[in-house]
Amino acid sequence: MEILVCVKRVPDTSENEIEVNSKGTDIDRDDLVYSVNEWDNYAVEEAIQIRDKVGGTVTVITVGDEEAEEVLRREMAMGADKGILLSDEAFEGTDGRGIAAILKAEIEKGNYDLILTGAQADDGAGQVGGMLAAMLDVPYASLVNYLEVIDDKKIKAGREIAGGNQEMNEIELPCVLSIQTGINEPRYVGIRGIRKVASLDIPVRTAGDLGLDASAVAPKVNRVDYFVPEPGEGAEMLEGSTEEIIEKLVEILKAKGGIK
Amino acid sequence: MSRQVFAYILHKEGTPDDTALELITAAKKIDPDASVIAVVTGSGDNLNTVCNEMTASYSEVWKVDHADLAYPNAELVRKALVGILPKDAVVLVPHEHFGLDLSPGLSVKLDAPYLPDVVDFEGVEGDTLKVIRQEFSGMVSTHVQADISGGVVITPRPGSFQPDESKSAGGQATDKSGEIGDLASTRRYLEIVEAEVGEVDITKSDVLVSVGRGIEDQDNLEIIEELAEAMGADISCSRPIVDAKWLEKSRQVGTSGQTVKPKVYMALGISGSFQHMGGIKGSPFIVAVNKNPKAPIFQVADVGVVADILEFVPELTEGIAEEK
Ligand SMILES: Cc1cc2nc3c(=O)[nH]c(=O)nc-3n(C[C@H](O)[C@H](O)[C@H](O)COP(=O)(O)OP(=O)(O)OC[C@H]3O[C@@H](n4cnc5c(N)ncnc54)[C@H](O)[C@@H]3O)c2cc1C
Ligand SMILES: Nc1ncnc2c1ncn2[C@@H]1O[C@H](COP(=O)(O)O)[C@@H](O)[C@H]1O
Repeated sequence: MEILVCVKRVPDTSENEIEVNSKGTDIDRDDLVYSVNEWDNYAVEEAIQIRDKVGGTVTVITVGDEEAEEVLRREMAMGADKGILLSDEAFEGTDGRGIAAILKAEIEKGNYDLILTGAQADDGAGQVGGMLAAMLDVPYASLVNYLEVIDDKKIKAGREIAGGNQEMNEIELPCVLSIQTGINEPRYVGIRGIRKVASLDIPVRTAGDLGLDASAVAPKVNRVDYFVPEPGEGAEMLEGSTEEIIEKLVEILKAKGGIK
Repeated sequence: MSRQVFAYILHKEGTPDDTALELITAAKKIDPDASVIAVVTGSGDNLNTVCNEMTASYSEVWKVDHADLAYPNAELVRKALVGILPKDAVVLVPHEHFGLDLSPGLSVKLDAPYLPDVVDFEGVEGDTLKVIRQEFSGMVSTHVQADISGGVVITPRPGSFQPDESKSAGGQATDKSGEIGDLASTRRYLEIVEAEVGEVDITKSDVLVSVGRGIEDQDNLEIIEELAEAMGADISCSRPIVDAKWLEKSRQVGTSGQTVKPKVYMALGISGSFQHMGGIKGSPFIVAVNKNPKAPIFQVADVGVVADILEFVPELTEGIAEEK
């Protein structure tokens, strides 16, 4: 089975405090720690497990700048066979629709049976996978937390819905799925693993290679600014020494029925 | 002619979802003069019940009845919607598991811009709609705009808009079932697999000690257990703790987990994402402990403490024990 996994390099929210820059044009990107979008690691792990069971190849792909290459290498260290970087100045400032159009142009050159994305990335949109599927005219299912290959033409996919319930679907290949966290336990990648793939070649494709002109990636949706909303009333913050805080908190908890 | 806004109504077993009335408020924020049309797909008696109920709140209800839509398979619903909606439709679908399944593809098929997970609207100027979104798990907000002259698909965040309870629309249902065209798809709905029942039912707990990714390591859960015991509380958690298999799925609070209604909710090392908070109902008293003073949880909590839970929680447990 030929599997393609779309991955994105994002600021790591557990490693950084995200703040707006002084002009409000962007977040403050100095000294940010970047990593692979959390959801994409689950997608790559799932792809590797399927390949190991039924054979085939796993290709990881990203639209980004030169630095995005490092996330491809990380996913190759996990076990992906190939990486492709789609990079061009013309791609900067595009929107989710544009990203999907760029991915589509490369995908049409290949012969993929299964295309995986993460459920969402850093801006919480959850859009690229569904758009890509619609552009390719293949079925889509989002929030997949169970995946079983039935044969080389069909899969069974469980979607996570409300209340911890799961919606089971049978889907013909090729298709696009967005992967939800918890579907598997992504394997750990150490420095040694990354070193092993350091010299592997990662082809770079530009807008020209993909036959994309500026209009194909022109954004329909534009971000005007970043801002921090006026804080609402918010919580009453307990301050003082730890001892004082605990004394107050115990009192509050008792009053509210929090201590039985 | 006034702008038409279409609201996709989620419903289950004949009961409309809470979002059904929230979308009216959202639509009026886009354009106070808009005519807002409910679109209800489904089949049989349940569908009729929902359509009837919606005529109280929406002046126009579009009903789409088809046996294959009895369960809302997003691929089929998308085809039906593309069949009936006008080219410049403004379409609202709640940003939850179904909206995420349907909307991105729908926007491509309608050749319209997509505005996902919108928390507020600034209104329309000319043909430009400006909305507010959040990024990086709610740590920063953005203004985002799009030209909606050719229509737009928007997924408002559930719970971000007050439900419009006025119920004075006196509307009418129009049957659009004949216009939907072919619904064939190679994605076939099979069944719902119900969540497993766990050892404790956190939906019945009065006091919950809830732990998030801030606990850092499975071994550290011990301090949470000790605190819960001292308080006489049950333990719940956010999603990453279940993903890591440190606690069972039935303890997860949130839109894809359990909906809880405790009196007191202790959020320890939880950032306060909307999917987590969406599982907390009945306005409990919320105490948040987080090492990041800017964590969004402090916006919704009643009482907050900026501290490292690994240090703070054991001391709190001791403090409670001394009181007893
Ligand atoms: C479709 C969908 C459905 C979802 N459903 C759910 C759901 O049902 N329930 C749910 O919970 N999530 C759900 N999520 C995930 C959700 O978006 C968040 O990713 C998740 O809630 C984050 O969990 P968290 O707050 O524990 O972790 P994080 O967001 O990583 O936050 C950890 C917090 O701990 C703090 N912290 C770190 N170390 C310490 C320390 N030592 N002491 C004190 N504080 C510390 C950090 O400052 C941070 O604020 C869903 C996501 C999607 C896309
Ligand atoms: N620049 C990108 N390059 C490759 N894949 C992407 C990119 N942006 C988003 N994706 C994919 O789309 C998923 C959802 O992201 P989003 O639609 O931006 O929330 C991610 O988890 C990735 O799989």
